[in-house]
Amino acid sequence: MMKKIFVPLALVTAAMFAYAPYAINNVAYQSTMLLVQKIFYFHFATWMAMTAAIAVCGIASVIYLFKGSRAADWYGVASAELIVVFGLFGLFSGSLWGRKAWGVWWQWDARVTMATMIVLVFLGYIMVRKYGGPGSEKLAAAMGIFGAATSPFVYKSVDWWRTIHPQTSVVKELGTTFPEAARLVWFCVAAFLLLTVLLLAARVRLEAMRSKLDDMYLAAED
Amino acid sequence: MTPGFLTVALLVLKKDLAIEAKSREIAYTTLFFAVACVMIFSFAFVKEEGVPVENAAAGILWIAVAFSGTLALGRTFERERYSETLRALLLAPASRPAVYAGKLLGMILMMAATEILLTPMVAFFFHAPFFARPLLLVALLALGTIGFAAVGTLFAAMLVRTRTRDVLLPILLYPVTIPVIIAGVRGTAALLQSPPEEPVATLWIGLLTAFDVVFITLALWTFEPLMTE
Repeated sequence: MMKKIFVPLALVTAAMFAYAPYAINNVAYQSTMLLVQKIFYFHFATWMAMTAAIAVCGIASVIYLFKGSRAADWYGVASAELIVVFGLFGLFSGSLWGRKAWGVWWQWDARVTMATMIVLVFLGYIMVRKYGGPGSEKLAAAMGIFGAATSPFVYKSVDWWRTIHPQTSVVKELGTTFPEAARLVWFCVAAFLLLTVLLLAARVRLEAMRSKLDDMYLAAED
Repeated sequence: MTPGFLTVALLVLKKDLAIEAKSREIAYTTLFFAVACVMIFSFAFVKEEGVPVENAAAGILWIAVAFSGTLALGRTFERERYSETLRALLLAPASRPAVYAGKLLGMILMMAATEILLTPMVAFFFHAPFFARPLLLVALLALGTIGFAAVGTLFAAMLVRTRTRDVLLPILLYPVTIPVIIAGVRGTAALLQSPPEEPVATLWIGLLTAFDVVFITLALWTFEPLMTE
């Protein structure tokens, strides 16, 4: 199914990403943050994409571990890599914003710390897969499950530790005070989620073909 | 008839304790490693006038606990790898989660033994009033140790088969147990204030309790498929 809708979906996503900078440029300045606030549209959207990928990785890992389905394993790798990519993008855009808003490139703020820790967890997932030797898919699946399970705890604990980041209700508030911006935020979130689906599908296909190739090598050796 | 969950867990624990009582290898090496950690930190956190940085004691205590715990985890499972005793344990007609529970209990006892000596030592060296609220401190240490050991025992067990286990264990374990470290350090630091901030410590104890419940459940649930080859 994914094969048929991949190209149309890719076109829609490309159009959305082409339109987004134009729309972000045209929307009015937010009263207190001015130009910097424009980072928010993509910044927030990457975090939503990362959260979605964490959920996919956790669920895929559980299915792989208990059912042994290879497809679930492919989804696991694909989403773990996406978590790292979106996580790093979010940290980068957040750092740019932090420089303007707080005057420093790096601030031990709750969300920043949390994102860093989650990126570390899923880098661990990729490492154990790469260097774990035979059977490492299973070990990675354990990391996927435990990583997804630890994310809410990291969220809460870092939250209590320190908070100078805008509160999580910022989008809700935007909805009432600045509806035009709120709509644009959700537009960007939709674009990023679509991008997540596309990248996931492409990465899963690559993994599927790689495993098919491995099977052929094995068959040829026998 | 297969033996019950508790019987198996206690048998595994008894076996581990019997081996350890003979050599005391893990107890001594872990404790010495923890002491070395504390000493190294003192060079970083004691200022020129010989006074430690404020709140450093809480961080030093928990880092020493985490580092020495990792060492002990590596050693207990290294021991199981010799002559494939872990495989023998898993082949025994006993429930797998019970084997995990036994290993976990042994690990918690081992870490607790280290902490009993480590905590007064850090308090002594860093002038930290750890024992102003002894019950809260014990609760923090106990819950933190259980959470750390719960994830650590599972990860160390599953990594036994891999060649790179020594380096992979901390890489996987530390990011997942970050909430334990944050809760432990912040909770302990709250107790070091004068007067001790009890509500803050209680808040962290709550988080640790939730963490322990979730991760012990997850570990018992995933141990079986993870240890099946």
